[in-house]
Amino acid sequence: MDFELSPSEWRERLTRRSFLSAGVQGVGSVALAALLSRDLKAAPNPIGTLPGFPHFAPKAKRMICLWQGGGPSHIDLFDYKPMLEKMTGQEIPASVRGDTRLSTMSNSYSKYNCVGALKPFKKWGSSGIEMSEMLPYTGAIADELCVVRSMNTEAVNHAPGVTFFMTGSQISGRPSMGAWLSYGLGTMNEDLPSYVVMTSSDAAKTCGQLFFEHYWSNGFLPGKHQGVRFRGVGDPVPYVGNPAGVSREARRMMLDDMQALNRAHFSEVGDPEIDTRISQYEMAFRMQSSVPDLLDFKNEPKSVLEMYGPEVLKPGTFANNCLIARRLAERGVRFTQLMHAGWDQHGNLFSGQLAQQCLDTDQASAALVKDLKQRGMLDDTLVVWGGEFGRTPFAQMNNGFNSNPTGRDHFGRAFSWWLAGGGIKPGYVHGETDEFGWNITKDQVHVHDMQATLMHLFGINHEALLFRYQGRQFRLTDVEGHVVKDILKKA
Amino acid sequence: MPGRLVILFISPLTATAWAKVDFNEDVRPILSENCFYCHGPDGNKRKAKLRLDVREAALEKKAFVPGDEEASELIKRLASTDSDEVMPPPDSHRTLTTAQKETLKRWIAEGAEYKPHWAYVPPVRPALPSNGAKYPIDAFVVEKLAQASLKLSPEAPKATLLRRVTLDLTGLPPTPEETATFLADQSPDAYEKQVERLLASPHYGERMVLPWLDASRYADSNGFQQDGDTFQWVWRDWLVKSLNADKPFDQLSTEMLAGDLLPNATLDQKIATAFNRNHILNGEGGNIAEEQRFVSLFDRVESTTTTWLGLTVACAQCHDHKYDPITQKDYYQWMDAFNQVNERGTPSGGPSRFRLDTPVMEAPTPEQAAELAKLQANFDALNKDFSAHQAKAFEAWIAKPTKDKGMLPKELEALLTPEMKRTAAQTEQLRDHYNKNAFAEDRKKFPAIEQLDRAKQLLDGFRGNILPRVMVMSDDQRRDTHILDRGAYLSKKEKVTFDAPGFLPPLPKDAPKNRLGLAQWLFRPEHPLTARVQVNRQWQHFFGHGIVRTSEDLGVQSDRPTHPALLDWLAVEFRESGWKTKALHRLIVTSRTYRQSSHVTKEHLQKDPENKLLARAPRLRLPSLLLRDVALSSSGLLNAQIGGMPVYPYLPDSPWESLAITRERDFTYPQSKGADLYRRSLYTFWRRTIAPVNMFDSSARQTCRVRTAVTSSPLHALTMLNDPTWVEAARVLAQRVTKEQLTDEARLARAFALVLGRAPAGPEPVLLAKMLANQRAVYAADAPAAAALLAIGESQRDAALPFAEHAALTATCLALYNLDLAVTRD
Repeated sequence: MDFELSPSEWRERLTRRSFLSAGVQGVGSVALAALLSRDLKAAPNPIGTLPGFPHFAPKAKRMICLWQGGGPSHIDLFDYKPMLEKMTGQEIPASVRGDTRLSTMSNSYSKYNCVGALKPFKKWGSSGIEMSEMLPYTGAIADELCVVRSMNTEAVNHAPGVTFFMTGSQISGRPSMGAWLSYGLGTMNEDLPSYVVMTSSDAAKTCGQLFFEHYWSNGFLPGKHQGVRFRGVGDPVPYVGNPAGVSREARRMMLDDMQALNRAHFSEVGDPEIDTRISQYEMAFRMQSSVPDLLDFKNEPKSVLEMYGPEVLKPGTFANNCLIARRLAERGVRFTQLMHAGWDQHGNLFSGQLAQQCLDTDQASAALVKDLKQRGMLDDTLVVWGGEFGRTPFAQMNNGFNSNPTGRDHFGRAFSWWLAGGGIKPGYVHGETDEFGWNITKDQVHVHDMQATLMHLFGINHEALLFRYQGRQFRLTDVEGHVVKDILKKA
Repeated sequence: MPGRLVILFISPLTATAWAKVDFNEDVRPILSENCFYCHGPDGNKRKAKLRLDVREAALEKKAFVPGDEEASELIKRLASTDSDEVMPPPDSHRTLTTAQKETLKRWIAEGAEYKPHWAYVPPVRPALPSNGAKYPIDAFVVEKLAQASLKLSPEAPKATLLRRVTLDLTGLPPTPEETATFLADQSPDAYEKQVERLLASPHYGERMVLPWLDASRYADSNGFQQDGDTFQWVWRDWLVKSLNADKPFDQLSTEMLAGDLLPNATLDQKIATAFNRNHILNGEGGNIAEEQRFVSLFDRVESTTTTWLGLTVACAQCHDHKYDPITQKDYYQWMDAFNQVNERGTPSGGPSRFRLDTPVMEAPTPEQAAELAKLQANFDALNKDFSAHQAKAFEAWIAKPTKDKGMLPKELEALLTPEMKRTAAQTEQLRDHYNKNAFAEDRKKFPAIEQLDRAKQLLDGFRGNILPRVMVMSDDQRRDTHILDRGAYLSKKEKVTFDAPGFLPPLPKDAPKNRLGLAQWLFRPEHPLTARVQVNRQWQHFFGHGIVRTSEDLGVQSDRPTHPALLDWLAVEFRESGWKTKALHRLIVTSRTYRQSSHVTKEHLQKDPENKLLARAPRLRLPSLLLRDVALSSSGLLNAQIGGMPVYPYLPDSPWESLAITRERDFTYPQSKGADLYRRSLYTFWRRTIAPVNMFDSSARQTCRVRTAVTSSPLHALTMLNDPTWVEAARVLAQRVTKEQLTDEARLARAFALVLGRAPAGPEPVLLAKMLANQRAVYAADAPAAAALLAIGESQRDAALPFAEHAALTATCLALYNLDLAVTRD
């Protein structure tokens, strides 16, 4: 059964094996008791770390990715361009546009008309970072943030764009970042998955972009590194609840009797894999209590719940997911990937959807950062906010060129992200774009550069977290990527 | 003693201390892993103009001097402490062990001879080692074992063996009756008779198709936004049928690669080519169709080369391969064969849940063909009258004065006078205008207009939503293929046409330069890869690992074969026997190597912990698709129908809920009813964006996969303990054995035999009885719990069975399905 076992998995297995077979006769009855009584919170030392990892002292132990699906408009939120306001209705010069690849929705436009930001911008905090008025809560934590205004991707469309950020390739099939981290660094809590995904969308479901499993795929890495999606309906984790009519006690009894048969089988066959099976079922049993515990907010103070906003108790909302993300971080889950849809505003950016989307995400995103900070966890928890691309500085006019702008098209040439905590320089703006927000004029951060930097914060040299598949070494950053030193917090 | 143990441990698998260093075995792996990235086949990135993969080139640059390690630059660089001099350079994160350095020194001292990579040299049938082994496979295995002072294990107990071979050949457990027959059969060929029965089973094809589904990235939907459904299951059915018929592998492959190009190609042969159309299709709004078409082309190159050549060529999309002698030109020449298809690159839009790209092949069942003909005839009959009505209405219209004709484009107005001078084409222009713009009112006057519209609706509905249309290959759009700079589809360089990769045998002289020529080339007898790749993958099916463990890659970077002579013997045998897969399977499963016990001894763990030498049969956890089949089959729930449209068995609530954030189509899971809930797993609708969650550890069906990792996650345990599929199967199994047997003991033994293929033995009867007693105590005290448990699943429960008894036995049967014994094939 040892298909593609990495050295660390061998070691992990051997360790567990010797642990379980401490008393050779009744394999592991003592050990099982020990496993069962273990603390549900994070283990002090990760299990299953690859030898030699991390490569150097990490700044971040865990990461929460607040994925903003569809492509939030940097022009309207993070990268203020007075020129677009001034020239609203006039064309962006061809010399600025160059040969930028645009989506087929706008690449044959006869006019690329400027349109300014929907709402005014404001300088926030003592760092004075300029962001839209539409993000008051994010503005209030400006001094914690590093805003990168020079993000860049080659992708022109959603799925390739998201896949690129998650896996380093625009074409699906490779492992995603959370799977790489789980593979390299192991797990800090065996009772929960080390890589969790949660999805949400705007209530009106205006968005056609879906969240596909390959965004949290293990690719060619072993299956246990696949992201586990917590759902907003039914069992949060598939099958975590016992079937109707099976109590926890009855299940425990059944498992005990089942394990006795497994142990009898082991003494006959002698295959150490049977030990692995025994512990697999014990871990499953523990997960059945750790997941409900995770999702039980009864001990959350009212002040904390209020901080995340009015939707915090509604399963499946972005706010609810943000609070779960904090609780996962507390329990040592390495990588939590929240994916929120609704930013693909071609036809409704100016008519309310952008404002609605800010209402849906601004408060809870900021609350998460503040909550981590007040618990002393922000220093080693990395929070990242952004999408697969930004939006065009020119207007999309779905009702013809003489009508009012309806929205903006996809734009990967330049866009903005923010990061906080986990070794990121706070209160800092990185990179610049030209006066139209079209071209990056300073400090471009390509997708692979961002990936290299995030890995660096975990103490990983991105060129040395490798997996041999099909005769070659693969890595998250493909053959590119440079760590963006300027956004790292000075030691 | 410790010293001797060490030698025993390493000697069978690595070069022994006294033998001459072998380039392929010992040296190339070191050079390839550590040096070829910069000093290998890729000319563009080559550093210092030095290449080490070609002896003459390396000698010319004095990288080494045969017989003189002191004078060899390579050795100096390896030993250097200067960070600018040392090789491999520090930023490569590669270092050689002392042993590897010693190997290189000895190789140079011995003359630094090169050998071509073993897999690129045609296999020659090796002589059978003469060690008394009755079966050819065993002769090779026993020889290797002897070198490590190991022996084959004794034959597995008969019941274990039957369960093993039944699962391996059909994916279903043996029935207790089959086991009893086999146990009672004392004839010398009792086992061989079972093998013949299983090879002839219609379920054989259902088992053997599974790796093909992974290799062809088969799914029932396109992937991405809208994730439109497809009819590719028609191809799946063709393949099951072909595998059952033991279609020779050369023929099977030729049909999959180029069935449409065969003379007088049949419908089946065209359907076979869907192998190359089973890929992802991106239908997102705003995407660039041509860019997506190239994504499909790259995928076809990768899928065909991985499947048939066992090579990884994707690197050559951007540059010459770093390790294998595959050039960028080779890559695009290969692609040319797949680039002649009349396709857009994105699926169609429209209201149907099915979204396809051209070309498609209609593949109706006989019933569907009859239904289609009926609908068509109905429509045609009405439409004939309608056409006459329309023609008359046009005549009337044309006779009207111009002012009564409504708005007319200027150029048409000019045509109206004088009438007699209009050409036929001009009349048609007017007719066209009339039909489109002015006919509406007259249309309503057709007496059977409602019937006509209804007939059209029925016909379109049938064609759009029911009539299977398989996406297939067809070379009907001639396109030029270019080398693409760094693989970017807009950066076209030199034009190329199809040809075989330069380092492999040339195309046969008379072969056409298309997919058919490619297929002919694969099966030329001197092809070094085709047969080896295939027998290696068949070995993997039965032993968990290939003889070359990296079964997706037999190139320079691949694992060394554990039994090179056996691999070559099997390859030649397979080819010379006419590429008969069932014969190959028979050869494997009747060998003593296959039939031995899987018990693990201390000696095994000490000398060969990974079981590379096969001193015991491997214990393999069953693929999740088969775990479900075992539950259905042993309980009696299984609906054994073969083939047909995909079905929608139980999945957790709203399994596609994350897709429901779009309003563009309905993603409610249409759970099947009745017998369709109990079809074999391979018929489960496979949504490419969200695979069936209870089919864990499977290929994600995004790209070609020929080897899947089996892992152990608590989520897998939760699936088998809590999924309604297993809970219902346990309930039905409990009911079945309760009715068939009278005592607890007999019932438990019967359930055990149904799931595990043998009678309980040793401590098992006592442990089973204890489990049942414990569960009985639970449910005797909690009637509502018993009722709740027994309400799971749609199948009818026999109301005559007492709740507590039935529930207790259900919980016990559920435990049986979860035993290591049950999830493993011993």
